[in-house]
Amino acid sequence: MNLNLVILGGILVGVGSSVLLLFNGRIAGISGIVKNLLLAKEWKNRQNLWRLFFVMGLLSGGLLGRVFAPDQAVDWGKAVWPEKIVIMGGFLVGFGTAMANGCTSGHGVCGIGRFSLRSLIATLLFIGAGIATVYVLGSFYEISY
Amino acid sequence: MKYLTKNRIYLSSFLSGFIFSMGLILSGMTNSKKVIGFLNIFRNWDFSLLFVMGCAVGIYALVNYLIQIKKEKGFKPLFAETWSFSAKKEVTKELVCGSIIFGIGWGMSGFCPGPAIVSLVQLTSPIVLFILMMLLGMSVFNFFFKK
Repeated sequence: MNLNLVILGGILVGVGSSVLLLFNGRIAGISGIVKNLLLAKEWKNRQNLWRLFFVMGLLSGGLLGRVFAPDQAVDWGKAVWPEKIVIMGGFLVGFGTAMANGCTSGHGVCGIGRFSLRSLIATLLFIGAGIATVYVLGSFYEISY
Repeated sequence: MKYLTKNRIYLSSFLSGFIFSMGLILSGMTNSKKVIGFLNIFRNWDFSLLFVMGCAVGIYALVNYLIQIKKEKGFKPLFAETWSFSAKKEVTKELVCGSIIFGIGWGMSGFCPGPAIVSLVQLTSPIVLFILMMLLGMSVFNFFFKK
């Protein structure tokens, strides 16, 4: 585990979010971007097109990472828990982020970066819930890494 | 040249996503084992992801702060007409419940939206199914529960 890469990664996440803020004037909240892209009603006046480009950017980064995959990405796309749990988790992630209007990037990075109390509370809650969930699941299933 | 100027907002959108994605990959956020390790504080804690949020928030907070100062004097986004910020200040029950539900899902899968999309290029079955279910979850909330 190379901490330097982790820190560099964190810096890039901050830079990427900052680019969207400075140039587009928007919050880099991935759940919001995906949700609005999915439920798009306004395609006519190209209002939503920027979200498509953002997601293409995400995927392009992924493709590049596939080519130069660093050690960090070794278990990329694999699940820790049994697949049926991951699938149910996916539904809760979609449902929960839609309800909370944000996720780790929207509330966690951008929200806290803006000193938003809403986002701080949201972040503490979802991290707390995640910790509790892993604790419970960890008593039923082995974690090996 | 005019075409490029008119469409430069798509370039910045793409660039933002690309840089963001690189950050997620290098930091290990796309590695569900690492994420679960970060949430596994009671057994075998891997605290490295704390640095991801720390560094990301640090940089973003600085940039945001500078922008807020300049905004007072009429600063506009570089490629856009206006700032698009949420004006919500209240801590609502939707925020609380939604965050808890999201957190549970995150603990169950080890993926949150951003890393999941980036990982889609791997086309593994957990990721593809996760994404489909995530989209379903978003749709279900929007159609049945949104006020």
